[in-house]
Amino acid sequence: MGFKQLINSKKTLSLFAAFVLFGTNQLMAQATAAADTATVDKSAMWTGVGYYVLLFFVASLCVAILGKILRVYDLTQKMQGKKGLNWNGIMGVCCALFLITGMYGAYWSLTVQGSMKLPEAASAHGGDIDSMFTTTTILTLIVFVITQICLFGFAFVYRGSDKRKAYFLPHNNLIEKIWTIIPAAVLTILVVFGFFTWQRVEDSSQQKGDLNIDVTGHQFAWELRYPGADGKLGSLNFRLTTALNKLGVDFKDRNSLDDISADTLVLPVHQSIRLNIHAQDVIHSVYMPHFRLQQNAVPGLPTFFKFVPTITTAEMRRKTDNPNFEYLLYCNKICGGAHYNMQKVVRVVTQAEYQDWIAKQKPYLSDPLKKELHFADAKPAAQVNAASNRLALNN
Amino acid sequence: MSTLAVHDHGVVHHEEGHEHHHKATFLNTYVFSQDHKYIAKQFLVTGIIMAFIAMTLSILFRIQLAYPDKSFPILETLLGRFAPNGRISPDFYMSLVTIHGTIMVFFVLTAGLSGTFANLLIPLQVGARDMASPFVNMLSYWFFFIASLIMLSSFLVQKGPASGGWTIYPPLSALPKSMPGSDMGMTLWLISMVLFIASQLMGGINYISTVLNMRTKGMDLWKMPLTVWALFLTAVLGVLSFPVLVAGVVLLIFDRSFGTSFYLSDIVLNGKVMPFEGGSPILFQHLFWFLGHPEVYIVIMPAMGLSSEVLAVNSRKPIFGYHAMVYSLIGIAVLSFIVWGHHMFVTGMNPFLGGVFMITTLIIAVPSAVKTFNWLATLWRGNIRFTPAMLFAIGMVSFFISGGLTGIFLGNAALDINLHDTYFVIAHFHLVMGSAAIFGMLAGVYHWFPKMYRRMMDERLGYLHFWLTFIGAYLVFFPMHFMGLDGVPRRYYAFTEFESMKRWLTVNVFITWAAIMAGIAQLAFAYNFVHSIFWGKKTVQNPWNANTLEWTAPIEHIHGNWDGEIPTVYRWPYDYSKPGHDTDFIPQNVPFSQTMSSNLPHDFEDNPGGLEEHTKWTNAQKANEAVK
Repeated sequence: MGFKQLINSKKTLSLFAAFVLFGTNQLMAQATAAADTATVDKSAMWTGVGYYVLLFFVASLCVAILGKILRVYDLTQKMQGKKGLNWNGIMGVCCALFLITGMYGAYWSLTVQGSMKLPEAASAHGGDIDSMFTTTTILTLIVFVITQICLFGFAFVYRGSDKRKAYFLPHNNLIEKIWTIIPAAVLTILVVFGFFTWQRVEDSSQQKGDLNIDVTGHQFAWELRYPGADGKLGSLNFRLTTALNKLGVDFKDRNSLDDISADTLVLPVHQSIRLNIHAQDVIHSVYMPHFRLQQNAVPGLPTFFKFVPTITTAEMRRKTDNPNFEYLLYCNKICGGAHYNMQKVVRVVTQAEYQDWIAKQKPYLSDPLKKELHFADAKPAAQVNAASNRLALNN
Repeated sequence: MSTLAVHDHGVVHHEEGHEHHHKATFLNTYVFSQDHKYIAKQFLVTGIIMAFIAMTLSILFRIQLAYPDKSFPILETLLGRFAPNGRISPDFYMSLVTIHGTIMVFFVLTAGLSGTFANLLIPLQVGARDMASPFVNMLSYWFFFIASLIMLSSFLVQKGPASGGWTIYPPLSALPKSMPGSDMGMTLWLISMVLFIASQLMGGINYISTVLNMRTKGMDLWKMPLTVWALFLTAVLGVLSFPVLVAGVVLLIFDRSFGTSFYLSDIVLNGKVMPFEGGSPILFQHLFWFLGHPEVYIVIMPAMGLSSEVLAVNSRKPIFGYHAMVYSLIGIAVLSFIVWGHHMFVTGMNPFLGGVFMITTLIIAVPSAVKTFNWLATLWRGNIRFTPAMLFAIGMVSFFISGGLTGIFLGNAALDINLHDTYFVIAHFHLVMGSAAIFGMLAGVYHWFPKMYRRMMDERLGYLHFWLTFIGAYLVFFPMHFMGLDGVPRRYYAFTEFESMKRWLTVNVFITWAAIMAGIAQLAFAYNFVHSIFWGKKTVQNPWNANTLEWTAPIEHIHGNWDGEIPTVYRWPYDYSKPGHDTDFIPQNVPFSQTMSSNLPHDFEDNPGGLEEHTKWTNAQKANEAVK
């Protein structure tokens, strides 16, 4: 019976060989044909695709032939009264090989790609988050290495054999208790550590939030609004939004009269900053990874994030050895087609540089907007005039 | 309980008498079948087809990520207006990621996984003739089928399929003008999901009632295989959480079509002030994740159950700590309802609430760790038989470890600030619930294929499939962790606009080719699957020498599963390599009286009569020894 099968598989093998020969002939012929028609765009594309499809068929053929060869080998072994291929052994060794190469690969990835991660945190709370991250990484990596070694190690060491019987071990309450309590204890440490870090980062009473800045997201850009000399931002009302009053600033609120609009998010170093985060249309997310800062911008639900930048852009350029380095603010919540390009440059500068810069910025209440408001309401217009005079003095 | 079971026998026999009067037509045998085994196959084949579609979508967007500046004329030929000039458009890219996620999470890993194996294994492993309600079971499949068709049909509408991400957060999904996919595509998405949830509820109620009411004589809860435990708890999760998503989806439909403001407030879209007032987009996120988080356990728990069974059978060892495995499943199931807020740490939710959710989230890691250690202990000193199913189960454990550990980062609110919505998250959940769940599912397919199709799959193709997929998945997802640590956000159409992200382009090319390799490896599976259905080697009744009841049923499929009486269960399902027994397995329906030489006092914990017999027998043995 086995002999018959062998002959059969030999037949199929020769059939395959003939097929391969025929296939290569065809391929050659097609290759020359392709060269002829390569001038035409469309056909070039199809030969490109055809090339990959053919490649796939050749690969499948190789797999099929390899399979046949293995079967032939297996059968001849069995015919000679020997054992066939020991797949348990082969797969066990594969597991061991995977363990070794996998561990090396993980090491390589951790060191080479791991070094491409963000530079050190540029904010006061960022340091806390980074140390939390390091602790978690060390603990999880230990567990990762031990458990993967156990998994593939056991798979290799205890690969099946007819001579052995497995060890009947249905349960062991002591071991179960140990490995319930140890993870629970480790996680308790992480929870406590993490909970307090989170509290420190989010606790708004701890930080003063001296400088209020409005960040408003809409499809697909960010708008910035700084307070004027009074240090206060005017209130907003989305119903007042027009082409000129993009944010819907309410000019009945006197605080709004001297507000400033800006193109770049310039922050004075070592000063407590409160970002007031708004969205106009859909949910966006203010993401400033270098500062370990993220907060969603939700329409109808103003949010905020308080932080203290600690490293100026110039310093960070030196530290990262990259003269073009810029801090960035970008959108991190799916918000539409151009979500991938909704960025704002963030620049951390010294206090003096900041004062210089803010003095040069234009008022939010621009001349065309003033004109628009004149038409809308006579009373606030007078205030607007007064405010703009003051602003003019500042400039 | 046993009286109930006995009573059910009578009922089922009675029904079977009626069955013979029904004429088996083509329609009621192959299309609108009410036989749980056939419905399982329908779920499996539909699930596999959906998986291939979703995988193709992922390869399309991987191509875009690897070659953002290159034009591929073939894409224009295939996709038409969605890929002008051979480049996938940004809006269509969003559709691709959205539909990829939706199909994979719901249609493949929920319906394809639970639907297949709950249908196949619950009646066969608890010893029932069919589901509690075969008709509702059939409806469950057909609702799922229609939901799949509607989801796919959204590729045919003018503005393309839904594109707000699989989480469809409003206002993006609620305002048809905010992006093309939020128009007709989103409407179809919502309709499809409502039908899908109806299907899940019908299935889930059936699974629960079958497990609770239709177990055979002797099959008490603590004798059920872990597969049944996992599928049962999964069904409970689904029944409790899916209705909440319906509520969320219906309110979203109202917001979209009837001008309500449940989720909308203070909106100015494209410079136009909208009249919505008083709603909260965060409300939707709470409703969504109240389902969404149990959902990830709905996805992973069946995979855990299937892997537990496959690991025990192929290690030829009892699963280590059966009770601990069940309790940790219950623990995961309960805890999964109170952790949903960890998806919302940075949404503006009260920070104190964030802290509470962080604590519950990290607690859920304890039962997960217990399960992992128990799997490792099951392998220890086993006699491991590497069937493809076994390899996939081992792969599942490996992915569950790798992906689970990164969950400890993301569950920590402080760390989540910087990792939220980055590629770190992509890496995390694709390993822990994507790859792990699909590996659990594939382990199940390879293991129970003989039960479903009465033939064996080719082992060597299975090995090839496993290694290419396993290595491919790690190559795809491992580097993504580091992209996340560099602050690269998910759902970005191209990294070209950011100087700092351009250095990840080469990594993207690598990941894309790894994904293509893993994708091609699935063709080996598809070939193996289809070929084996028709031409595979015929199976024997119990090909894996397993203990569970399904292998006592005849190879030939009959309506009612067993001809004659349903076997009675005497022991737990994991008596593998029990010392003193001549074979290395003792099926559940073998009474202790036939295995006197291998019985242990522990086997008779709640059976004083049996214990007496056992001591009598051992004393007699000792006396014999003494005489000799």
